[in-house]
Amino acid sequence: MSVGRSAGPHPAGAPVARVRNLTVAFGDNTVVSDVSFDVEPGRCLALVGESGSGKSVTARSLLGLAGAGASVHADELGIAGSSVLGLSERAWRRRRGRDVGLVLQDALVSLDPLRPVGREVADSLRLHTPLGAAARQARVRELLAAVGLPDAGQRMRQRSGELSGGQRQRALIAAAIALDPPLLIADEPTTALDVTVQAQVLELLESLKKAGTGILLISHDLAVVSRVADDIAVMSAGRIVETGPTAQLLSAPTHPITRRMLAAIPAGVPRGATLALPHPVRSPLADARNGSRGRDGAMIPTTATDSRAGASEEARAEARWDARQRASEVVLEARGLSKEFRRPDGTRQLAVDNVSFALHRGTTLGIVGESGSGKTTTARLVLALTTPDAGEVRLLGQPFTGIPEGERRTLRPAIGAVYQDALGSFDPRFTVREILHDAVTGGRPRSPASAAAPARVAELVDAVALPQTLLERRPLALSGGQRQRVSIARALAARPDVLVCDEPVSALDVTVQAQVLDLLDELQRELGLSLLFISHDLGVVQHMSDTVAVMQNGCIVETGDAASVFEAPAHPYTRQLLNAVPLLPAGPARPA
Amino acid sequence: MSELEVQATLSRGERERRRGRGRVTPFELLAVVVALFLLVAGLMPGLLAPGDPLGIDPNAAFGPPSAAHWFGTDESGRDIWTRVVHGAGTSLLIGFAATAIGLGLGLVLGTVAGMLGPVVDFSVNRLLEVLFAFPGLLLALLFILIFGPGVWTATVAVGLSAAPGYARIIRGQLIAVRRSAFVEAATVLGRTPRQLLVRHILPNTLAPLFVLGTLGVGQAIVWASALSYLGLGAQPPAAEWGAMLSAGRTYLTTAWWMSFFPGLVIVLTAVAATVLGRAIERRARYA
Amino acid sequence: MRTRTSSTPAIVGSPARRDRVRRVLRHPVLVHSAGGVFVLWAVATLTFFAVRLIPGDPAQAVLGGPGSQASPEALAAVRAEYGFDQPLFVQYLRELGRLATGDLGRSYALNMDVAPLLLAQLGGTLTLALLSLAVAWLLALALATWSTQGGRAARAFGSGLEITAAALPHFWLATALIIVFSTGLGLLPPISVPGPVGLILPVLTLAVPLAGFLGQIMRESFEAALESPFVLSARARGEGELGIRFVHVLRHAALPAVNLSGWAFGSLISGAVVVETIFARPGLGRTLLNAVTVRDVPVVIGVVLIVALAYIVMTLATDLAGAALDPRGKRA
Repeated sequence: MSVGRSAGPHPAGAPVARVRNLTVAFGDNTVVSDVSFDVEPGRCLALVGESGSGKSVTARSLLGLAGAGASVHADELGIAGSSVLGLSERAWRRRRGRDVGLVLQDALVSLDPLRPVGREVADSLRLHTPLGAAARQARVRELLAAVGLPDAGQRMRQRSGELSGGQRQRALIAAAIALDPPLLIADEPTTALDVTVQAQVLELLESLKKAGTGILLISHDLAVVSRVADDIAVMSAGRIVETGPTAQLLSAPTHPITRRMLAAIPAGVPRGATLALPHPVRSPLADARNGSRGRDGAMIPTTATDSRAGASEEARAEARWDARQRASEVVLEARGLSKEFRRPDGTRQLAVDNVSFALHRGTTLGIVGESGSGKTTTARLVLALTTPDAGEVRLLGQPFTGIPEGERRTLRPAIGAVYQDALGSFDPRFTVREILHDAVTGGRPRSPASAAAPARVAELVDAVALPQTLLERRPLALSGGQRQRVSIARALAARPDVLVCDEPVSALDVTVQAQVLDLLDELQRELGLSLLFISHDLGVVQHMSDTVAVMQNGCIVETGDAASVFEAPAHPYTRQLLNAVPLLPAGPARPA
Repeated sequence: MSELEVQATLSRGERERRRGRGRVTPFELLAVVVALFLLVAGLMPGLLAPGDPLGIDPNAAFGPPSAAHWFGTDESGRDIWTRVVHGAGTSLLIGFAATAIGLGLGLVLGTVAGMLGPVVDFSVNRLLEVLFAFPGLLLALLFILIFGPGVWTATVAVGLSAAPGYARIIRGQLIAVRRSAFVEAATVLGRTPRQLLVRHILPNTLAPLFVLGTLGVGQAIVWASALSYLGLGAQPPAAEWGAMLSAGRTYLTTAWWMSFFPGLVIVLTAVAATVLGRAIERRARYA
Repeated sequence: MRTRTSSTPAIVGSPARRDRVRRVLRHPVLVHSAGGVFVLWAVATLTFFAVRLIPGDPAQAVLGGPGSQASPEALAAVRAEYGFDQPLFVQYLRELGRLATGDLGRSYALNMDVAPLLLAQLGGTLTLALLSLAVAWLLALALATWSTQGGRAARAFGSGLEITAAALPHFWLATALIIVFSTGLGLLPPISVPGPVGLILPVLTLAVPLAGFLGQIMRESFEAALESPFVLSARARGEGELGIRFVHVLRHAALPAVNLSGWAFGSLISGAVVVETIFARPGLGRTLLNAVTVRDVPVVIGVVLIVALAYIVMTLATDLAGAALDPRGKRA
């Protein structure tokens, strides 16, 4: 698909964005220090870093939208050949939309949900060109078609909520490129999108790049970035720590932070190998089990230096899997589960259709699927939070569904859960200590178990590698990774056999995600846990699972042991999913 | 009070909590001062106004505000300042009583609707809908029609009028909490329904009530005064603010102070209640 | 997402047709009208039984109250005519029948048929209420828009103004306005005269407190919307501050206020009782007050029913307006 760039006035070859020593501060707090880079026309520069690294603020400074109270200083700050340093608000308004476009994440909230999409796309035209309403409409139709939206005429009149995730994101991109700006800033444009949709959006960005637009891509995900970016700049604590062409940076990173981010990507890492590298500033401690204490107190398990790719590791993993399969006790089983919902407009929808699987003791069953595949409903059925319309769930060989809740309650300690939204799963009034104490005493504060509770609470906190000082805090005051650890600790309180993990790491930065995944792995080894691991992220599922089930539209379309399913997928949908996963370019081994 | 207003209150509290407003604003300080004044006036009126609120002095009738009579005198020469101060107790009592009635009834209705299943919920909802079709004072007027005017009839009437609003809010909050992720997580942990109710559902549902109650007391005082003003509440010569305003109505052009000052105190009370209510919910659970 | 029927083979047409019928039955106007009829019936029933609680002999009330010294023959005649000697349930059905035909009975005190009496007053109260609603909206919008443009001081000021306005009791505000504009400045008449001039003070009295309340609601959404990603997207396209507010944020801010306008209308009618009394304006409010004072039951019932009807119509209108603004489905 072509998005034609009009022969602009700016000379080919000169950078569309030129930044030298950009510093942004909010009062005393310096968020960006001495950042310099160029964005060339027809090329894509990716700014990569974790949350809080300053990448978004940097990008928004190129729009004059760094935020209220921001003081922006730079030696040079130029867009499309002219300087934007110290520009008045009115002058900025003339540039925005015309010289530079912005694409944010999650078009559901980045497009006005109450306005028809066509009007949103036409905004730049209305603000910067003298085109009349009819001419604007025609141009909007062109744009929507160019970004790959079918039925542009009908889509124009719909609101963002009526479009699918991918369609919305395309419309958002159309709105940003309406005037063919030479520079396009995309801030996490594919987060919260399904893998297949993500691939399409990245393709669209690629085609824009080929047509001559210079793209500044902001992301925390190196794998996504590797698909589109020509150059990568890694940011940390407001500074660029490493920069270089994509292929080189990904195959031979020099800075420890880059290496950490690369190592944390789970896709392709064999089962059981740890993902998290020790923080470069700290020295590894002797006790490998307890790991080192990070600056914020979070524990990071140290890795054995040869725990990464290597024949011995693969062999060990295989042996482990064989052993587990032989110990064939089935701890959790689903037989023919079905669940139907009624939509608000009255029609029925089969969310889960005849789903069956078996989880063996000590193994991990990964359930992977995109939004709408029914995986979350399956999790809720397994946890008996909703009743199935057909089929049953058996826990430790005993029926778990179809029995009165009073009976089921005696079985519940055998199964625990870790949720995607850890914060929402905590009672807002409780501190961490109270959450864990409540879990340990089984909700009965004066039971006989309560005398031993504080010791058990301390034990749990240690097991998830959190410092004891966090006990007095409320979950609101914890980071995402810390909250998820508390969630895991709570789930472990009753010493369950099965742990259901519903998208436990989706909301976390890649390095924090790595730590949590490593923790789950370690706990599984130590405690013999059986994990039901549900995620939309194939890389994570591939790394964590022994067996895998692929879901689409409520059905399991393929199932089997993880290695064979991912190496030689049988079902076309599985193949489609695998093709869409952004993997790092194959090449020299990833850093040890 | 409508549920949307309360939703707005609750979400505003969230945002302000996130912005970390821990300091006391001048508005809040003023509200606290007013509240203290009212409390003292209510409990120990003699401290602030040693005179007799019913003491007639025909010679001093219709006196404008002066050093001797801060708020002036009324048609019987009674000192208005004294009457205002002594009226505080009555008004506060009315406000608290009416709010207690409204909250109590609302709590019962809302809990019944939220906890006893869809059929009961549907029925109670329809009942509430019907009650809402008697807007504002109309329900109170109907009550007074039946039971006759008087200060305590007016109090009960105001309480009854406020009950449907509270019921809807409590029901909404109850349902939201019952469906919330943390209650589900507690179910997974194996909590019995009774444990869920006592440890999680009730405390989280009742938490906003304190704020609602504070706002409600202000509103109740205003409505009760309105009824007195219309002659349906406290009857003269009681030193109740609304009644005083009513009496001053006929002398508006000649003795404006008779209406102005009681009214001013009512306004200050309502504003103080609102500010205090907001201040409390801003600090509640401030972690 | 594909809609899949359940796996067991079923008769093809039947579930689809049932779904279609279900969808038609859910149409908002139909649902609302059915609900409205129910509410009216319930209101009538409630008032019927509530009124039966009034102490004293209803026959005497018809003839002028306990002090009327009516003769036993007159009382008996009234009892027969009004059916007071019938069992309660029969009286109830008779009443329902009468109401269904639009006959609201006859006023005890005024010796007129209630229905025409109230319909004559309806116009005045409706004008007052609707006009006040409009003015309140304008004031609230203006204040919210202006004060969110300034810094923290402007926002605090706006917020303080709204809180104070919302706390103003109608009777006090009316008094104050009369003192200032009538007695003091001599600009406006203290008592409502026919024509637009006589509407100014009454409308202001009703509109200002409501504006304070609506303003607080709108400010919430205003400030929330100003921080949202779609506003950032709009700014990134070059939209100016004014444009942001009018093109984007306004719709979001207005939404909860629109949803509340049905309730607001009700509270305006309730406020009309006070305002019409103070300004001596003819209207349902004043009529109601007088009727309550002298225990003129038919008039009270009549007013209550008409108000309920007006409230139902207004709620339907605001629901439709809300759905037009935001078709995303049921909110709060």
